[in-house]
Amino acid sequence: MSSSGVIIAGAAETDRLGKLPDHSTLQLHIEGALNAVADAGLTLRDIDGIATVSAPGPVQVAHALGITPDWIDGTGVGGTSFLLHVRHAAAAIRAGYAKTILITHGESGRSRVGASRWRMDASSPAGQFEAPYGTFGPTTTFTIPLLRYMKDYGLTHEQLAYVAVAQRRWAAKNPRAAFRDPITVEDVLASRMVAYPFHLLECCLVTDGGGALIVTSADRAAEFPKPAVYVLGTGESSETPMISQLVDFTESQAFRLAGRAAFAEAGIGVSDVNHLMIYDAFAHVPIYGLEALGFVAKGEAGPFIADGNTEPGGSLPLNTNGGGLSYTHTGMYGMFAIQEGVRQLRGEAAAQLDAPEISVILGNGGMFATSGVLVLGRQPRP
Amino acid sequence: MAAKPVPVPTPETQPFWDGCAAGELRIQRCGDCGRAYFYPRPVCPACGSRNVEWFTASGRATLYSYVINHRPAPGFDEDAPYAIAVVELAEGPRMMTSIVGLPATPEALELDMPLQVRFEPRGDVSLPVFGPEEN
Repeated sequence: MSSSGVIIAGAAETDRLGKLPDHSTLQLHIEGALNAVADAGLTLRDIDGIATVSAPGPVQVAHALGITPDWIDGTGVGGTSFLLHVRHAAAAIRAGYAKTILITHGESGRSRVGASRWRMDASSPAGQFEAPYGTFGPTTTFTIPLLRYMKDYGLTHEQLAYVAVAQRRWAAKNPRAAFRDPITVEDVLASRMVAYPFHLLECCLVTDGGGALIVTSADRAAEFPKPAVYVLGTGESSETPMISQLVDFTESQAFRLAGRAAFAEAGIGVSDVNHLMIYDAFAHVPIYGLEALGFVAKGEAGPFIADGNTEPGGSLPLNTNGGGLSYTHTGMYGMFAIQEGVRQLRGEAAAQLDAPEISVILGNGGMFATSGVLVLGRQPRP
Repeated sequence: MAAKPVPVPTPETQPFWDGCAAGELRIQRCGDCGRAYFYPRPVCPACGSRNVEWFTASGRATLYSYVINHRPAPGFDEDAPYAIAVVELAEGPRMMTSIVGLPATPEALELDMPLQVRFEPRGDVSLPVFGPEEN
């Protein structure tokens, strides 16, 4: 099986990101969808497949747009879901189930307009065995593994803080980034403690926004106004919905397995990668991601970032939009990581690299619960 | 003010909560591969066997990882900042818990320190928490 032969033909975000109290969740989906359809030079009549997460879910989004789908994917496994949608869409297109698939994201993460209220079921495994101890969202769960990593591999508080510093340097080049002012390690360590060892500037933003993608077959690549972005390899995996049950707190098995599948399918190795996006809900996630994908050995990612390798001018440009720490984070950031990969390969990013050929996107969902990885290329696989 | 969350047992977890009420940490192990596991479920996650049994764990554990949370969950305002910890039981499985009897500071909470289970009332159940070993 191969994902070659499938392209991203349209990609766009909502007009604005940030604080958008005049947009409901559904409106953000609609605006992202219309922008992506226009970006591909298509009309809504051309769309025959739909994928998004609940709520509002693919049926609501399709209906709002007047789309009658032949193919529906409601995979909702956290913020990486959109990477899985691309993978599933690629399979559907190869199978002939759909020709032109729309993948949407919209989230009123900050303003909470038309947003469903999250509630823990007290009889679920997490409700019985985690929530009673005072967990309350990602800041209290996604963060728990890191002290183990710090003790076992010697990561310092300063190296963790530097992840935020490096990404702010990319954000400074991006007019759409929420936070653009330079910061230092001292600034990060002086910011408010959220959940030791994490300070405020080591935690992602909470914003409103959306975006959408159009996925279709590569034989149509010349029909679209923008350069095609080829889906060369994809992977997905899951580990545990409960952070306490992660097999090894110093690594993500789901990251590793999804990455291995995507790299194998694309037929690439880490040295082929020119651009990398790792969903950074918190500052430790790029560290776990770099190691899981094999860019550095276990324990080396903190020093690798602190040595400047991932910031502007470095050998491995990482999170070039500024990431969830500085660009935007609606709650399900995976869509924005894909968008930046597409922009870099098309040559239309704010902090544009010099003609990158291969962009890799690593997404996480439900903390370390799930992962999706995409290998995207400027050209089809030879 | 919001109350702290109270777990709602399900049929497959009821023996665990019954154990807690009796002051015992009862978990499961596989009758085929021998591995102990947590959280309660009717199949061994290591080998897929349905031949699983309950036993009473020693209650001894070590501190595997934690955060000190400064933004309290509903019901936890008076506790903040408080540690949300994961301990590794002597029998192998890990579980989330609260740390009692020690300050919620990085200095007091050293990874790998020995801990011992105890039980605290929460609504109509007893909740396992961990504190320093008693001599």
